[in-house]
Amino acid sequence: MKWRVVTLIVLLAFTAFFFVPIIWVLLAPTKTDTALTSSGPFAFGNFSNFFHAWKALFGFQSGVMRGWLENSAIYSFGGVSIAIVAAIPAGYGLALTQFIGRKTLLAITLVTMIMPATALVLPLFLEVNSVHLTDTPWSVILPFSFFPFGVYLCYIFFSSTIPRDLLAAARVDGCNEWGVFRYIALPLARPVVALVAFFAFVADWNNYYLPFVMLSTNTKLPVQVGLEYLISSTEAFNPGNPGTGAQLVQRPELALAIVVAIAPVAIVFIFAQRTLVKGMLAGATKE
Amino acid sequence: MTVPPVATVSGERSRARRGGRSERASAIGTSRKTGYLFVALYVVLLALFGIAPTVYAIYLSVTKVGGGFVWGSNFTRAFQDFRFLPAFEHVAEYLAIWLIAEAVLIVILALMLHPLSRRTSASFRFLFYMPGALAGSASVLVWLFMLDPTLSPWHFLLSLFGYSQIDLVLLPSHLPWIFAIMAFWTGAGGWIVVMYGALNNIPDELLEAARLDGANALQSALRIKIPLIKKWIVYMLILSFAGGTQLFVEPQLVGQASAGLVSNTWSPNQLAYYIAFINDNFNEAAAISVTLLILGLLGATLLVWRTRLFEIS
Repeated sequence: MKWRVVTLIVLLAFTAFFFVPIIWVLLAPTKTDTALTSSGPFAFGNFSNFFHAWKALFGFQSGVMRGWLENSAIYSFGGVSIAIVAAIPAGYGLALTQFIGRKTLLAITLVTMIMPATALVLPLFLEVNSVHLTDTPWSVILPFSFFPFGVYLCYIFFSSTIPRDLLAAARVDGCNEWGVFRYIALPLARPVVALVAFFAFVADWNNYYLPFVMLSTNTKLPVQVGLEYLISSTEAFNPGNPGTGAQLVQRPELALAIVVAIAPVAIVFIFAQRTLVKGMLAGATKE
Repeated sequence: MTVPPVATVSGERSRARRGGRSERASAIGTSRKTGYLFVALYVVLLALFGIAPTVYAIYLSVTKVGGGFVWGSNFTRAFQDFRFLPAFEHVAEYLAIWLIAEAVLIVILALMLHPLSRRTSASFRFLFYMPGALAGSASVLVWLFMLDPTLSPWHFLLSLFGYSQIDLVLLPSHLPWIFAIMAFWTGAGGWIVVMYGALNNIPDELLEAARLDGANALQSALRIKIPLIKKWIVYMLILSFAGGTQLFVEPQLVGQASAGLVSNTWSPNQLAYYIAFINDNFNEAAAISVTLLILGLLGATLLVWRTRLFEIS
């Protein structure tokens, strides 16, 4: 009985730790900047404040926020698409075909998947710079499209769920190797396509360091980097040093910017919770 | 790191060989060439965005501007930089706090969730997991608000310690703690889910037997559950270590928001960025990148070959 009470208290305390910040950020845009400090942290302001913050945020520097969101969408969509097109056949090839160097390729995939991507950003910049592609969408999309974790997920999927007999039967029926992949394996691979898409999307959308290094034009930034620009334009964080000129951002707008910036990933998290959890567990196989 | 035998793309589609072979042998025989085709695009991406930058970074780190080998001198110069040691000390302190918090709190929370009903524990897991959606600059911004005593919902806690202004919270000695809190906030939920899943894989009979032998909840946690999920804990710690050494966005944004309270070379990655773009010395920056790369690589290699968590067959 005593344990139960302790458990409950600890779990509720951590629920507060994890969830109170989210509630606060959701409520903040309904208040004015002064009400943030004067009214209770969990007080709800009103909707007109919210619309005011919305207008101010999307009106900031002639609508740069909207552009950042579109950039994030383009970069993530581009990166995810190429990553999937590369990962599905690669996972299939690693799992169900034999070729020299297969194990080496698999080992390198594992190492690059675990190694944090940040470590390669500076050398990537120099590489991309040498072909004059920095500050273009490709400088972000192409590195995004290298997604070894997706390849590993596909490899696990194909080696554990596609019965080899089925593939052999298709070959006997005269299917060539491409046909076996196209007509047998690919239609069965739908769940893993979704899995790879989710993980790649979350990783790409939330990536900060790579676009931060690659892109220099303000209007080309994704929203994650755009948030930094908003901080530097927020009066409360930079009193007396607005940095970016006349137009300043108030804190309720900044809170709204957080909500808008993470909304796509949050939606994926809510609706794909199970899929994501499955993928996290598949990241390493059980004995 | 060895350079892989990069698959050569011949462009010709392998012709299915028929007759004279058993079914299985022909399947393997025909798939050899197509195997290369299937992995071709991925291998190109791996070569361009995984291998090439690694090799290039190593090359830069041992050469000087305009070419010519200088071997270790970029490294000695970087190591002797007055900002180098502090940057690594900062990250070491941050890692110590964060990894201990993970090893202790995540395991305790997962153990606490495990005996609850599926539905109750699912709600808790969801609530813990949700901040993961805010990884990156969003979580830093959220915590800048949370740590500002003038508007934080944690106002009562902050004032308990006597912090009335954000300047008093963002003291240099607090930063490793603050970044550890941010990392824990976004990352812990996902790991709790993983640990919970690992605990669920423990056979019921085993726990039942322990109970019959008179083990209480604490004993069965310490003697049975934790040893059985140990490899997952190691997995989590190694991944966190590799990722944590690369810290960038947290000190960068907090520095931005605190107008000079945080050095812009607080972490090694920031220092590398600074040396590359402000000092315009990519060779010395590459030396730091390679040092960080080796740390990440060590973690990754250790994980793949020592824990046998991954399947290579």
